[in-house]
Amino acid sequence: MLKQAEGSHAMAETIALCRPEVICAYPITPQTHIVEGLGEMVRNGHLKNCEFINVESEFAALSVAIGASAAGARAYTATASQGLLFMAEAIYNASGLGLPIVMTLGNRAIGAPINIWNDHSDAMSMCDAGWMQLFAETNQEALDLHVQAFRLAEELSMPVMVCVDGFILTHAVERLDIPSQEDVDAFLPTYEPVQVLDPAQPISIGAMVGPDAFMEVRFLQHYKQTLALRLLPEFSAEFKRRFGRDSGGLLRTYRAEDADMLVVAMGSINGTIKDTIDEMRAEGLRIGLVTLVAFRPFPTAELRNLLAGRKHVVVIEKSFAVGMGGQLANNVDLALRNTPAAPQVHSVIAGLGGRPVTRASLQRVFLRAEAQPWEGAHFLDLNEDIIGKELHHVRKVRRSGPTAENLLRRLGEARSAVSP
Amino acid sequence: MTETTMPPPDTQKLRFYQKGTFTVGNRLVSEAERSVQASIDRSNALTCGHRACQGCGEALGARYAIDAAMRATNRNLVAVNATGCLEVFTTPYPETSWQIPWMHSLFGNAASVAAGVAAAMRVKNRPEVRVIAQGGDGGTTDIGFGCLSGMFERNDDVLYICYDNEAYMNTGVQRSSATPPTARTATTPAVGPQPGNVFGTGKNVPKIAVAHGIPYVATATVADLHDLERKVVRAMGLHGARYIHIHVPCPLGWGSASHDTIRLARLAVESGLFPLFEAEHGAVTGSTKIRKPVPVTEYLKPQRRFAHLFKDHDDARLAQLQAIADRNIAEFNLVDRAEVAS
Amino acid sequence: MFQIRIHGRGGQGVVTATELLSIAAFMEGAHAQAFPSFGSERTGAPVVAFCRIDDKEIRLREPIVEPDALIVQDATLFKVIDVFHGLKPKGYLLVNTNKSFEELHIADRVAKIPPGHAHATNATAIALKHIGRPLPNAVLLGAFAALTGVVHLKSVAEAIRQQFSGKIGEANVAAATEAYEATEPVAV
Repeated sequence: MLKQAEGSHAMAETIALCRPEVICAYPITPQTHIVEGLGEMVRNGHLKNCEFINVESEFAALSVAIGASAAGARAYTATASQGLLFMAEAIYNASGLGLPIVMTLGNRAIGAPINIWNDHSDAMSMCDAGWMQLFAETNQEALDLHVQAFRLAEELSMPVMVCVDGFILTHAVERLDIPSQEDVDAFLPTYEPVQVLDPAQPISIGAMVGPDAFMEVRFLQHYKQTLALRLLPEFSAEFKRRFGRDSGGLLRTYRAEDADMLVVAMGSINGTIKDTIDEMRAEGLRIGLVTLVAFRPFPTAELRNLLAGRKHVVVIEKSFAVGMGGQLANNVDLALRNTPAAPQVHSVIAGLGGRPVTRASLQRVFLRAEAQPWEGAHFLDLNEDIIGKELHHVRKVRRSGPTAENLLRRLGEARSAVSP
Repeated sequence: MTETTMPPPDTQKLRFYQKGTFTVGNRLVSEAERSVQASIDRSNALTCGHRACQGCGEALGARYAIDAAMRATNRNLVAVNATGCLEVFTTPYPETSWQIPWMHSLFGNAASVAAGVAAAMRVKNRPEVRVIAQGGDGGTTDIGFGCLSGMFERNDDVLYICYDNEAYMNTGVQRSSATPPTARTATTPAVGPQPGNVFGTGKNVPKIAVAHGIPYVATATVADLHDLERKVVRAMGLHGARYIHIHVPCPLGWGSASHDTIRLARLAVESGLFPLFEAEHGAVTGSTKIRKPVPVTEYLKPQRRFAHLFKDHDDARLAQLQAIADRNIAEFNLVDRAEVAS
Repeated sequence: MFQIRIHGRGGQGVVTATELLSIAAFMEGAHAQAFPSFGSERTGAPVVAFCRIDDKEIRLREPIVEPDALIVQDATLFKVIDVFHGLKPKGYLLVNTNKSFEELHIADRVAKIPPGHAHATNATAIALKHIGRPLPNAVLLGAFAALTGVVHLKSVAEAIRQQFSGKIGEANVAAATEAYEATEPVAV
């Protein structure tokens, strides 16, 4: 059913259609509206056969989900940023134990400095923990990915993170198609656990594994996740047949067929990039886009097939590994490892901490990648002025103070210098 | 709704090796008074073959507690275990000695995981399946404290059992917030002006549990196993958040003889250092009297973790420990005036 | 695509205004995207919210830097931030005020706006009259409908009724209607 709704609320409605049995969450911006929506639906009886538990921390939230899932219930939780880190131990525990928990990650920057706005640093911090990670390009895809996520998680007995850009998607009100209960039920069968705590058939879950078998356990975990490389496109195709739209899968392309330059990106930034590409195509530039939906498992082969033979690949991402570079860019480099005639890869870091990404900036950087390529990572729209001033200050004074505060002060000074 | 779950076919059968005596199986005692452990039909939830140290108080306590809980719930029980000695010695790779559905997640989240299991059972319409969370003092009073308090506050339908051997034993005897003052541990060595753990630190989790106002709180000891079973059975007859704190001597960590485990546990009670009480909804409902109180020194002497107090003739700190015992006796009304006089 | 930027202060219902506008557009079969500029929420602090309306799917996610229309719920903001920033040459301006553009010191800037595209209305007074609270957001949407014709008053009213039930909804509809009737539509 078509509705004009806030992303979070629509997500809550869709998750409710997936018949979760235990929902536990701890509030954190920007996922609060999702969990509040679900809580209300449980309270007013709209979402039946569901226990909604108010926990005292994110660590507790995922732990409750772990217990519920191990006992055979379909479990769901949501978090972001600091909350994800607070449950980090449990994140590894859930994937190591093979529990099909689905979690919404309302992508938000990780502090310090504290920042409530969107970027992908939280997802990146846990990308190696054994969870599958799917990135929604639009709010519609955010809804659809949750339906597919439960199916995928339970099929493989492995947890899934659905990444949705905080504020940009979660708090945007737009036209969305909420699926019907009937269609969701047809797509998503009841949860049949691979292992379950049951007095009738006692098992011990979570025993220690020594050097004799740990490598094999991890290999099997990795192997299992690679099965998703086949399943994700299958589910996406099945989803299209039933629900009538493209959603999910590993990746999709936009005007890529004859492109000399391919942009690779994840999440909501893709929408703005598409508009930029249309403008540049109108000027005659052969530029296209690869929207990556699955970050874990990483679709190495599919990406290599798409990128090989192009002149330029511009990877644009909302995350950055201090001391190393962009994680997505590095993963793309991996896909092109040992590829003959590999394209030039240009790494752009954009939108950290919620910095808006504009068509104008994108166009400039895409043109620059070809005309004036750079080494390493290029930070989009960096305020070189305040950076220069801070570096100068730091060189002069030992007790130079907190960097963040210094920059904010300079920004404030710059602003008051401009206005009348 | 309360069906008896038949033990799975491959459960290890119990065998009583001592024959020709009436003491085995408590046969000198009337049936109603026999312990669960005395029965050859007990669930044997924690079967033999585990790797606990000789004289391990925790293995003893867990065996009694879980079999009692299994009987009380007609074998409809799931246990969630924190990381620690109990988890490690019962599941030595690649074996398990648990014959019940059992789960180990992390060090600090047993209470939350158990709450999740309980929620799942409700949602699956299996309210007869009950849940126990268990852990040592480290996993309960320290790293698991937040989750424990959350479970209490929500009144989740979980019985949490803490096996308190007063230090992080599994990792090599480091101090926890349950370590008594003056005790030597690896991180509170018996050197310096205040050898061992210092006074003025630590927390009393049973009293904190009482302060949460939950349906049932009890302290228990491996020195009184009947009482321990009774308290577990009482707890399993209730719903909501329940907490049992069991004192379990650790020969290795305490530096005591492995044959002294039960004797030391009894001395702890009789000195007043470990008061036995029950509470419901924030109020103490009863305590176990000490028939003949003993001075704390009798309890401390057989433990090498307190040896420095005697070697150094540290009467001042011994007196402080005695003062703690005396305060407990007063607070919980553990001694009748008449008894003391005689 | 028609892009609207609404300026106001926290507590004045700026975000709700963009949502209502997007719902009204949706009801007419259009695609609409409404989102706030995400700052820390504090009553009284300057707030900006955006709404895009188009007849096809809206893919763009950047803040609105070149609005087709500006709605200013609080005229004190002209002194604080560059409200007019990026307004398209043929853009519209709708201001909640009981003062003239001269008194607001924006007459020079307004002169650059095509005739009839700039309109001031005392939305706060209209709101107080019908709703009893100084919430000008719905009122201004009524004026907006008249000024630009981008949405019909009927849709605005329906959107208000969907989000606010009962008497509050009706009061807001009445207020929006009064503002609509008092606003001269621009000749297309």
